[in-house]
Amino acid sequence: MSIVDATLPMNSLHARRSARGRRGRGVAIALALVILGGTAWASFAPIRLASHNELFEIPKGTFARRMAGDKVEILPQTIWLTLGLNDVLLLRNRDVVPHVFGPTLIMPGQSFSLPFAKASTYSFACTAHASGQLLIDVEPFPAPGWETLRWRLRRLTSTVWRLAGLPTTHEH
Amino acid sequence: MRSSFVRLGPLAALLLSFLFAGTPTTSVRAGAAPLLAGVFDPPRTAPDFSLPGSNGSEVSLARYRGKVVLMTFGFTNCAAVCPTTLATLAQARSSLGKAADAVQVIYVTVDPARDDAARMKEYLAAFDPSFIGATGTPSALAAVRQKYGVTAIKRGSGKDYAMVHTSSIFLIDRTGKLRALMPFGHDAADFVHDITLLLAS
Repeated sequence: MSIVDATLPMNSLHARRSARGRRGRGVAIALALVILGGTAWASFAPIRLASHNELFEIPKGTFARRMAGDKVEILPQTIWLTLGLNDVLLLRNRDVVPHVFGPTLIMPGQSFSLPFAKASTYSFACTAHASGQLLIDVEPFPAPGWETLRWRLRRLTSTVWRLAGLPTTHEH
Repeated sequence: MRSSFVRLGPLAALLLSFLFAGTPTTSVRAGAAPLLAGVFDPPRTAPDFSLPGSNGSEVSLARYRGKVVLMTFGFTNCAAVCPTTLATLAQARSSLGKAADAVQVIYVTVDPARDDAARMKEYLAAFDPSFIGATGTPSALAAVRQKYGVTAIKRGSGKDYAMVHTSSIFLIDRTGKLRALMPFGHDAADFVHDITLLLAS
């Protein structure tokens, strides 16, 4: 009787620990599968963009802000584009005065749409940059796998940077 | 442990088989511009000017109304960009056949100290005798550059200085509208494509 009384609680404890262990392993496996699945999705799922345009706009009031001494940065030092995805640079001037915007002078209310068909790094003289030039880095269409994953990570980083108002310079 | 695999295994296999199927990456092009060059929308009237020309008369855009004008800025001592651009434009005109009569290339110098009318005529004739050079006073040329957002910066000193300048080519249609800008690096076929469209429009 005394033996039975002593072993029952021990069995119950082991059973509870075993159950917790199984649940923990199950959660870990599920988490690993989610991460693996997410990585696989980001690597192989098709990239779909609503438009080929990579839009940059000069907002209304930019000239006034610059005249007031405010340093307004609109274009990054390097713009990253990808053939077949975002391969058209679209510049739009919503201000009330003409602006030299990237590769050209754009009038108020005017836009400039520049398509790219070859992967390369293009350099344009641009007085808006301290270096005096704007670089447009056009990359080939990413292959499924690592290149697609890398594209998504860079796109995510670039979007976060832009939303945070930080310079989106891409170094290669 | 085994039961977890039993429950999650088929789900994971289904997910991975779907994702690893290698679906081609696609996206939809919407509103692609018909020109290969960068397009201005809406196009504005190309700012006109009047400069001494390499042909001995004044060069203005109004004079070439009815033709497609390809205008670029450079200097005759340019080592690489200008010769490449002018050779490409000459090749494009040559490819156009009779339609080339409706195409005028204007080459505006950014280096008036060295590029007088005679020098430009001699230089341009090596590419295509129909090309017209435009020169003038530094202030007059600077005013033209400003109207087009063109930059030109002197680099170096002495007689062998260079000019860092905008290398794109402006495409002006028959009505005098500044329609497009072709960045440096495009080949003659791209120019032929866009010129043909501009001539037809």
